[in-house]
Amino acid sequence: MATSQDRRRDPEELLRRLGGGAERNAHRGRLKLFLGYASRVGKSFRLLDEGRRRKERGQDVVVGMIQPKQPPDVQKLLEKLEIIPSDGALDVHAILARRPQVCLVDELAYHNPPGSRHAERWEDVEELLDAGITVVTAINLQHIAEQQDAVERITGKRRTETVPEKFVRTADEIVVIDAPPHDAAADTRALLELRELALLLAAEVVESGDIFLGSQEKILVCITPRSNVKRMLDTARKIADRFHCEILVLNVRQERLAGKDEELLERYLSYAGNVGGKTHVMEADDFATTVLEFARAQHVTQIFVGHSMRSGWKDLFFDSPLDKLIQAAESMDVRIFPHDDPA
Amino acid sequence: MKGKHKIFLGYAAGVGKTYQMLEAGQELRRKGVDVVIGYFEPHGRKDTIEKTEELETVPRRASSYRGSTFEDMDTEAILRRHPAVCLVDELAHTNVPGSERQKRWQDVMVLLEAGIDVYSSLNIQHLESLNDQILQITGIRVRETVPDWVVDDADEIVFVDVTARALRHRLERGVVYSTEKAHKALESFFTEPNLNALREIAMRHTAHEIEDRISDLQESAGPNPVPTEFGGLVQTDRKDCVLVCIDERPSTAIVIRRAKRVADYLRAPCFAVYFTQDSSLNLIHGMDRDMVEKHLEFSRNLRIETTILEGEDMPSAVVDFARRHRVTQIFMGRPERRNWTDFGRNSDLHKIVSMARDMEITIVAERRRSS
Repeated sequence: MATSQDRRRDPEELLRRLGGGAERNAHRGRLKLFLGYASRVGKSFRLLDEGRRRKERGQDVVVGMIQPKQPPDVQKLLEKLEIIPSDGALDVHAILARRPQVCLVDELAYHNPPGSRHAERWEDVEELLDAGITVVTAINLQHIAEQQDAVERITGKRRTETVPEKFVRTADEIVVIDAPPHDAAADTRALLELRELALLLAAEVVESGDIFLGSQEKILVCITPRSNVKRMLDTARKIADRFHCEILVLNVRQERLAGKDEELLERYLSYAGNVGGKTHVMEADDFATTVLEFARAQHVTQIFVGHSMRSGWKDLFFDSPLDKLIQAAESMDVRIFPHDDPA
Repeated sequence: MKGKHKIFLGYAAGVGKTYQMLEAGQELRRKGVDVVIGYFEPHGRKDTIEKTEELETVPRRASSYRGSTFEDMDTEAILRRHPAVCLVDELAHTNVPGSERQKRWQDVMVLLEAGIDVYSSLNIQHLESLNDQILQITGIRVRETVPDWVVDDADEIVFVDVTARALRHRLERGVVYSTEKAHKALESFFTEPNLNALREIAMRHTAHEIEDRISDLQESAGPNPVPTEFGGLVQTDRKDCVLVCIDERPSTAIVIRRAKRVADYLRAPCFAVYFTQDSSLNLIHGMDRDMVEKHLEFSRNLRIETTILEGEDMPSAVVDFARRHRVTQIFMGRPERRNWTDFGRNSDLHKIVSMARDMEITIVAERRRSS
């Protein structure tokens, strides 16, 4: 299959695909993730216990991966479950052939041995999900790629086996394992900091289901040659990643642009396309009305504009387009960006 | 020496707080620690009841009130028994009228004073400062509350987590309540959006409590080799700083929560200001004053530094404050319709927008619940 070939070659492409939550495969399995902040907080136990309970409720559960040398309570759980043998890498082929409803995968962050089906275990998991198998897995915050700066600052070392945060955020369900540190002699402060990070990350994932701000979020970024487009679009992208939402980019042309501005705008529009925004250019005299009509028609929830959306001396006597926009945006958030980045 | 208090914090009934507390008790017992159950509410949950096996229970004290018999924790009996550790379920419980102490958390304070360690269980919606938020989110006014300082003073907090979906399944299967009660609960309080909101609040609250403990460690350890100026958190390259403007409207609570989320996400400090022409708040209408005080209290509990600004002109006071504190982002609520006659370029909001052109300003609209 061409898709699995592509995936093997380019994890980046896979991640981009994951970002556009709307186009997900309808038969995709669910991803449930246990998030711990250190090793030995009981992730394996929780994982297998979940498997046991699902099995008792009649689901077809297999263990795809479990770390060797488990404490007795984990061993006891393992005896109740069917295990698909593995040698380092998940045996994706065997699991797909066995076709369980649910596959348990301990320790999501893992480099597969050379010559494996995929380089990383999370890519194996992605293939199982794609095939409609629900995967329950566990990860330690210290193994999330984007957290490595913080992890290094706190623990003094970076982890090499990591999973992209974007993949973590695609989880349908995330559960925090917040057992307090067992070992009183260990570095309490470091563990507390890792705990805090794990909780905040989980809160961000849960937040995407917020009733006040959530699933139906849609951002409209209004750009001109004078706006700080990079900052606006980067902010929009971050929010879109967190909430799996859509970005629209709009340029309202009120007059002919000078050649230099024309070039600038072209560059901005292509950057907008790169961060996943759908770009629109409209010609109109009235900026505020045009933006608002477009925003309402598209069910936008947040409008981004620049402070630069002003008209100079006229502002002393008349409402600027920005004033008008803020005034009439009613049920939408309006976020106004500085012209220049203060950094 | 005072006993240590460990709280098992959940976001709703049925998440497994009591189970985890009893499990911790069992582990202590296996290690040979003298541990007793001071109060346990079985709720007919089989798995949880099994977890009490082999643990000693101090019998409850029965008392009658208006012809009915009530059973509460027998604090005096626990003091006489004087175990090393006592397990106490439902910290927010209100004792039967006429008891020595009104609230169970007060009983727990007595046990701690006597040098007994206490493990207790608590749901986030019982936290006093969150009462209005919870009402706004769930439509339910929680009557039994625990003051925030009880949680702040606890030695350890453990967040007990389960997904909203799994919790709803538990209810459907009748694990948490009887079937009839469960059906009602699933339609009112235990909806997925409600549970997700409570869960997020509980996670953030636990994270903020942990942050406080990190700061305490830092203070007691003296100067720290790693310079972090805000709790134990990482500073991003561009130093962000968030400011939220408080006003008298109930919906400000949503703005405060949004601003704090963004600050958490950016690992940035967060300030809240309320502007008045009279800092004693005497000139403000009674109801408005209560609301403002609630917002200030709520902000403080989210670890937001609050300031009351006094002056002649609201926009200049706010923008001055923002500049002094190197604020990069301001959050404000959207003015209501009825105030919009003077909404043009002369309004406070517009003055702030035009004065703070070097800052990001978010005007938060009131969102209606989408479910």
